[in-house]
Amino acid sequence: MMGSGKLQVEHLSAYYGKRRAIEDISLGFPEKAVSAIIGPSGCGKSTLIRCLNRLHETLPRTRVEGRILLDGTDILEVDPIQVRRRVGMVFQRPNPFVTMSIYDNVSVALRFNGRHSRDEIDRAVIRSLQQAALWEEVKDRVDAPAMSLSGGQQQRLCIARALAAEPEVLLMDEPCSALDPVATAKIESLVKDLKNTYTVIIVTHNMQQAGRVADHTAFLYLGKLVEYGPTEDLFERPKEKLTEQYITGRFG
Amino acid sequence: MDPSTLSSPLPRPRKGHVWGDRIFGVLVAGAGLFVIFLVFAIASILITQSRLAFDSYGLAFLIGTRWDVSHEVYGAVPFIAGTLLTSAIALAIGFPLAIGSAIFLTTEAPRWLRGPLGSVIELLAAIPSVVYGFWGLYFLGPYMRTTVEPILAKSLGWTGAFSGAATGTDVLTAGIILAIMVIPTIAAISRETLAAVPVAQREAAISLGATNWEVTRTAMVPYARSGIFGATILGLGRALGETMAVTMTIGNHDAIPTSLFSQGQTIASLIANELTNSSGPLQYSAIIYAALILLAISLLVNVAARLLLWRVLRVTGGTTE
Repeated sequence: MMGSGKLQVEHLSAYYGKRRAIEDISLGFPEKAVSAIIGPSGCGKSTLIRCLNRLHETLPRTRVEGRILLDGTDILEVDPIQVRRRVGMVFQRPNPFVTMSIYDNVSVALRFNGRHSRDEIDRAVIRSLQQAALWEEVKDRVDAPAMSLSGGQQQRLCIARALAAEPEVLLMDEPCSALDPVATAKIESLVKDLKNTYTVIIVTHNMQQAGRVADHTAFLYLGKLVEYGPTEDLFERPKEKLTEQYITGRFG
Repeated sequence: MDPSTLSSPLPRPRKGHVWGDRIFGVLVAGAGLFVIFLVFAIASILITQSRLAFDSYGLAFLIGTRWDVSHEVYGAVPFIAGTLLTSAIALAIGFPLAIGSAIFLTTEAPRWLRGPLGSVIELLAAIPSVVYGFWGLYFLGPYMRTTVEPILAKSLGWTGAFSGAATGTDVLTAGIILAIMVIPTIAAISRETLAAVPVAQREAAISLGATNWEVTRTAMVPYARSGIFGATILGLGRALGETMAVTMTIGNHDAIPTSLFSQGQTIASLIANELTNSSGPLQYSAIIYAALILLAISLLVNVAARLLLWRVLRVTGGTTE
């Protein structure tokens, strides 16, 4: 399905203990585009996205089978730390480092990556906050605690924190599920901008959101990939009966 | 709102309930007041019994450097110094070991090993202090005298901290015994607070490409710092007040330690050694005065810790648990 993408998933299965959460999934995520993964709760969409930066395997008794090719290299075969520096992630609930300032939250990845001059870090922090559409709101108080921001601002801070590491792929695991409609709208318009620079993969339980932001959409059900294609096709001309039932709200 | 809905008849409580609640209230209030009474009872005895020494020396007792029973000259500095020095050694050695093991147990150790290893560390807390004293007296002390202290004297003697004869019953040995005794306190509570760091915080760091050390340093320790700090203060409290093990290993000499190899005395060991066979009312009273100072030091440490913690948390907006 969908030839050579930036990130190519091949026959991927992921397990929690003996339970298989996703089963033999193959699909490609195209470069500099937004791809959405939709499906009802428990369909494995979060598990799938957590495999793409090898976060799944940090939990106890988990296992992954198959291949995940990033620019043709299987990320399951290389150092996961290097993978995560190329594939950033934003989580369901904003999770800024609670003891750190806004500035320190954004610059933390640069401090991991070793030597950067004060100037370089300053520039990266400003660039990332601008890309996350947060700069204008915080430019006068970057030393304020991260927790002094609102929920929506915190989530954009987490996006800035991920972008500061200059990843190539940005994973977003239901990034708006804890936010109000106004904050959600901001994140959505941000996602549309980010695809000019990054390959964005977003998990959402909200079909309208997938329709608004994604170029391609994958529908997962019970751990299996049911259908994947251009978002418009999937919503307007679904090939599978199951997809049609889901998008018309007959289950899920 | 329609007032009739407010005055709708509620079932009246049965008489038994009222009495039950009254008895319950009286019982818990009594327990609370009794505990507060105990604090005052102890403090007032210390104050009245130290009166004689206080009248003789006043606050000069706090800066008196001599404790000479035969000339009836009493000053508290040797014991304050001994107490602070041994506690400082205990924290200097015990804190890194305790934090290291707490981090190991929450992040690096294989999962199946975490429970058993944690229990072993907590077992250290269950060993009676007289057993630590015995171990210090018959094993650690001689080993310090024959092996560790000669090496320290040779390599670090020039600093002055390790001068004098190596005896093995000295401030250093007592400090090391205290270090071992504070480890379980600090490690157990630190481990719990580290284990309580939300997965979301850890995953935030992991997803940025952090190494294990970077995850620990950025996501775990800062989040758990107030718990770690509280654990350290509890450990310090144990070190300040520990009596039996110190009495058996410190050498019991009523003078200001001039090196880590000096025999010394802490306030607690002074009380244990000299209270029951004090030579007269003034010495007895001076010892109680020293006990009052120990109480004050402990209180001060606690209050200072709370203030510091409160400031740190207020400045950075961290969590308070």
